[in-house]
Amino acid sequence: MALVQIDNVSKIYQTGEVQVKALQDVTLSIDEASFVSFVGPSGSGKTTMLNLIGCLDKPTKGKVFVDKDRVDTFDRIQRAAFRGSVLGFIFQAFNLFQVLTTYENVEYPLVMIKNESASKRKEMVLKVLESVGMLNQKDKFPDQLSGGQKQRVAVARALVTQPKLVLADEPTANLDKKSAVNVIRLMRSMRDEFKTTFIFSTHDPGVMEEAEVIHTLEDGRLV
Amino acid sequence: MIRIFKIALRNLMRYKRRTLLTSLLITLGLLMVILFSGLAGSFKEMMIGQITDSNLAQMQIHKKGYVSSIDTSPLNLTINQKGYKKIEKMLNENPDVEAYAPRIKLSAMLSNFTETTNIRLNAIDPDKEIKVCPDVSERMKFSGSQTPDILLRPGEIIIPEKLAAGLKIKIKDSVVLVANNKDGSVNGLNFTVAGIIESILGPQGKEGYMHIKDAQSLLRMEKPEIIEIALRIKKFDKLNDVYKDLKPALAKFENKKGKPAFEIHTWEKLSPFSNIAKMIDIMTVSMKIIMIAIVLISILNVMMMSVYERVREIGTMSAIGTAPGKIMSLFLAEGLSLGLISVLAGNIIGILGIYILNIYKIRYAFGRQDNLLLSPTISFSELAWVSAIVLLVSVFATLQPAYKASRMEPVDALGHV
Repeated sequence: MALVQIDNVSKIYQTGEVQVKALQDVTLSIDEASFVSFVGPSGSGKTTMLNLIGCLDKPTKGKVFVDKDRVDTFDRIQRAAFRGSVLGFIFQAFNLFQVLTTYENVEYPLVMIKNESASKRKEMVLKVLESVGMLNQKDKFPDQLSGGQKQRVAVARALVTQPKLVLADEPTANLDKKSAVNVIRLMRSMRDEFKTTFIFSTHDPGVMEEAEVIHTLEDGRLV
Repeated sequence: MIRIFKIALRNLMRYKRRTLLTSLLITLGLLMVILFSGLAGSFKEMMIGQITDSNLAQMQIHKKGYVSSIDTSPLNLTINQKGYKKIEKMLNENPDVEAYAPRIKLSAMLSNFTETTNIRLNAIDPDKEIKVCPDVSERMKFSGSQTPDILLRPGEIIIPEKLAAGLKIKIKDSVVLVANNKDGSVNGLNFTVAGIIESILGPQGKEGYMHIKDAQSLLRMEKPEIIEIALRIKKFDKLNDVYKDLKPALAKFENKKGKPAFEIHTWEKLSPFSNIAKMIDIMTVSMKIIMIAIVLISILNVMMMSVYERVREIGTMSAIGTAPGKIMSLFLAEGLSLGLISVLAGNIIGILGIYILNIYKIRYAFGRQDNLLLSPTISFSELAWVSAIVLLVSVFATLQPAYKASRMEPVDALGHV
């Protein structure tokens, strides 16, 4: 079975009396260790798709399987536990914790979610920081880093728990072109190093080129 | 847990001015309570000490029914020799009783040979009385500058200062006391004024003193009788416990009708100051309630703002898999830390404030008493109790915002602008 299996999924948002069909009857599968991109214009359903795969939201209809678990039936607590153990997240606005240093931001999931021992945490954090090239910035706070550096820290935070799948919603939207390509290449090299599946959304053609598999969405449908 | 508090403290330091102002508000509330408790508590203790140690004693035993007719100083409700012996035996067997003293309370006419007036007298056994009311002599002025070895000898009287001033009586003057005994016959005796006593609060605060043997002669008691037994216990904070021990023991002594022959009362039942003491306690509790309101509102306000400002951050925590309980504990730790910082600051400043008040010695007047010195103190248990209230209220005030944070859906929180 594929790492991610989406079966006939629809998502409809109700805003007052208006229904917005964010996804309509989407079926797809994503293999392990692949480097996949969802592309499409704004409002095409990219973020909704990532939210459903990332157990952040539930579909109106259809089934979502991630790592053989049917995640659309999970309750809040189960979804939180699943996200902490199987998934990693990279956000468009980096979403680093402002009060924590680079090292502490990367260490956060190991302390608050995984409850790893101090020695194991140190080993894992230093390894992943070295991999993303941020070891020499480990004592800096987020506001002392550039956008590209922040996103590298975010990549490290997403990878430190050794998740099977990393989801990145527009990870390069807040970066200049050079930094954007660098971050995507970093993600791909991480995929090569850790065999982690990466799924990201983008509407930047330069970033799209770096993906190995591209799924295009338009008005909530796969095209 | 340490990491949670570390993050909580850093988040508090993120909004330095807000944290400082809130902490300052709570600190001031706590300081107010500590200073008020220290001042009011020491005022109360001082007044109680003065009443019980110089005049009333901590407890009194009377013949049943005496206290309800105390204003008329009835002479027919006396404790005879047999009754006194029984009570004496009971008191000697109680390890918490430090001392006791027999007294006769009477009203008489005092004359300086030209003018006559009423006087209420407390007839005492000086040796025993000084053990029950060790500060009684502090209210008295004698001919010399020092208190004599024997407070009062037979044939001597100590009269209240207002009365002495009114009749122009001086120490060593001769006076005559005329009194009715319980049968209504009149008797008179000459006395030498040995001292003048200043008044204190309460119905027994304006009494003169005479020797108990003189009172028995004046009242023509064929056999020794007394009106009351004043008690002092070893630890004043055990007053109610000792009272609860003595009351049933005393109730075993019955009169001919098979009813309790004696009654016992603590100072609270005998002095009107107990109502003032209760008012002080109510005011102290009111101050604590005000402090609780300050802590509750200020921490609730800060934590609600904190949650509102960090919705995206909460969404990130939740998205990457932080359990709702952990998110809640992060905010609870923040509220608790804010309370803890304020408690530390409040306690330090409060103790310092009490220390300064003691250096600058506050003097005050109460009723007819001037130049009373107030020495504010606060016990460790009181500090611990007030601090615990602040900490508990801090956590309580944080519960709602913390719960709200833990219940946020990550997909909504991440999209918050």
